[in-house]
Amino acid sequence: MTPKNPIINIEGLSQFYGDKQVLHDINLYVRKGEFITLLGPSGCGKTTLLRLIAGFLQPTQGRILLDGNDISDVPPYRRPLNTVFQRYALFPHLDVYDNVAFGLKLQKVPEAEIEKRVKKVLKLVSMSDYEDRDVNSLSGGQQQRVAIARALINQPRVLLLDEPLAALDLKMRKDMQIELKEMHKKLGITFIYVTHDQEEALTLSDTIVVMNEGRIQQIGTPIDIYNEPVNAFVADFIGDSNILNGKMFRDRRVAFIKHEFDCVDEGFGENVSVDVVVRPEDIYFTTDPAKCQFTAKVNSCIFKGVHYEMWVDTDTGYELMIQDYDPYPVGSEVMLYIDPDDIQVMKKERRLNSFDARVVAEGRVSFLDTEFECNTEGFAEGDAVRAEVRFDKVDLLDHEEGAALTGNIVAILYKGDHYHLTVKTEDGDHIWVDTNDIWDKGDFVGIRILPEDIKLSIVVSADE
Amino acid sequence: MNKRSGWALPYFIFLVLFVVLPLLLIVMYALQDGSGHFTLANLGKFFSDRDSLSTFALSIEVAIENTVLCILIGYPAAYILADKRLNRSAVTVVLFILPMWINALMRTLATAELFTMAGVQLGKGTLLFGMCYDYLPFMIYPIYNQLNKMDKSYAEAAQDLGATPAEVFRKVTLPLSMPGVWSGVMMVFMPTVSTFAISEFLTNNKIKLFGTIIQENINNSMWNYGAALSLVMLVIIAITTVLQREEADES
Repeated sequence: MTPKNPIINIEGLSQFYGDKQVLHDINLYVRKGEFITLLGPSGCGKTTLLRLIAGFLQPTQGRILLDGNDISDVPPYRRPLNTVFQRYALFPHLDVYDNVAFGLKLQKVPEAEIEKRVKKVLKLVSMSDYEDRDVNSLSGGQQQRVAIARALINQPRVLLLDEPLAALDLKMRKDMQIELKEMHKKLGITFIYVTHDQEEALTLSDTIVVMNEGRIQQIGTPIDIYNEPVNAFVADFIGDSNILNGKMFRDRRVAFIKHEFDCVDEGFGENVSVDVVVRPEDIYFTTDPAKCQFTAKVNSCIFKGVHYEMWVDTDTGYELMIQDYDPYPVGSEVMLYIDPDDIQVMKKERRLNSFDARVVAEGRVSFLDTEFECNTEGFAEGDAVRAEVRFDKVDLLDHEEGAALTGNIVAILYKGDHYHLTVKTEDGDHIWVDTNDIWDKGDFVGIRILPEDIKLSIVVSADE
Repeated sequence: MNKRSGWALPYFIFLVLFVVLPLLLIVMYALQDGSGHFTLANLGKFFSDRDSLSTFALSIEVAIENTVLCILIGYPAAYILADKRLNRSAVTVVLFILPMWINALMRTLATAELFTMAGVQLGKGTLLFGMCYDYLPFMIYPIYNQLNKMDKSYAEAAQDLGATPAEVFRKVTLPLSMPGVWSGVMMVFMPTVSTFAISEFLTNNKIKLFGTIIQENINNSMWNYGAALSLVMLVIIAITTVLQREEADES
């Protein structure tokens, strides 16, 4: 899979902060001249990965190759890479010229050549008349340009950009996106770009690396990532989407929202639970009863500038988002259909909460460092068992009393008729919950599991 | 008029009573003779008296030496304290500041006692030791503060552009910490010029500093000459303050 001469090759990279693992076995290559974006929510490890490449951090495990040479132990000042920092980090005691010339002066380049190159690179970022300006007197966008010029003047093999546009307002951000893209084309330098803005990633990148919780979720072109997300996280993070529980009957036939549809996906097996993604612009209105696959009632309709965003309640009780250029009045009954091509079927990442557990006494098991009551019939004290709890059997409470565990909601996924929540316990373990209640991301919750909802099974260990 | 400006009244009265009035008195006394007539003789006496002038020069010299000494010891100390890799606890910082909580006179007396016990000859060496010991925290703290609040991405950016750790220090960390050094200089240099207790105890009055002769004159009821000497010192303080402002504005 790795091409012949990747400029950067990351092999088996893991990173720990103390006991906390922030990157899990990252494998990634970057082609020469590519614009690659590391995309993910805050805390997903994308900035850590960039800092490892820049050399500000030493990898705990694994290695980073530049042109085939291991640079894991090379200090940042000897790496032919330059970084554009999130808050620019322009030296406040130097003017624009001296900031940009900083790298060349260190290399003892003759003064005449420095001047020539500074002028050239300032022209590239359209900052020609600002040489003598104090950097603090510049606007955010101008500081950004100087920061890019300062990084580019060293002619790095790879330019690293850490959320460079995050501090700019929307209009400026859009303009800078176009300029960055043009600069990349003109210079032919490899760009590694970090952002949490999916739209920015889709606009700029040749390749997007979607990350979550220290793991790479998907690597692909913007079009691949948008049209064929590999899991519910990617589908939810990139663009708007309807993510629904479904069942694959057989190849090219899938059921969701209690209707059956033709699709183009194969190889999942028969009667297998899957996640289904349908983009809101891929659900079509029709007046032809022969085309109609299901009916729905329009619940809300909002004008979004280019299109209308409508929420509809299907005849089977699911809520779907639809985007269309034409509005349909709230309350009207509509006929809808979806093209087989536009149904993206994904393997379910998980079906149940499953924990390594131990029977501690008659009627008591322990998992997640907590004891729970449950039926332990058929198991003896001390047995290692697997405890499974269905997503919809985990109760969330807004207080600690009566809760076995506490945690915070870290992710929310709407599945048409219920919410699928990811709760992170204080020890950093995950519990997934299906609920109809509305919670917010970051909410502190108590977790309760009733004895009859914990199902124990035997763990088959390797040596038995 | 804004109602709230009334709140400033107590402070205003305080300022007038304890700052403006004493300053005016100093100027008045300095420009009068013993019977209350206007004269420049007091100032003239200072500028024509070789002893006073040499004491004054010595004071400035000692103050400069002490300030340089404090920078040489204080900067590395502040740097180590501000470096998260070298110093992980806030307790160490407190330990450096702790001596400031004890009365300077007590510390000086104790130091003098220790020198006597160890049989060290009291003189300029012990004077500088005592001054440095007394004023070092005033140098460390502003530098530490400046280094501590410095965005570490500046150092990273410099490294990223090819600066070795030594170059990062010389070209980025040091220039950016200069405001801290300047306020340290202010807090050390000026009090050292006017100190008299340290020289009295740590040199057994062998070395007289400018503060000492002011104190002696006032003690001997020569208020007018003492006030004139104080005025000279005030001018020096004013000049250093202005110079420091200009330096701070530049960096």
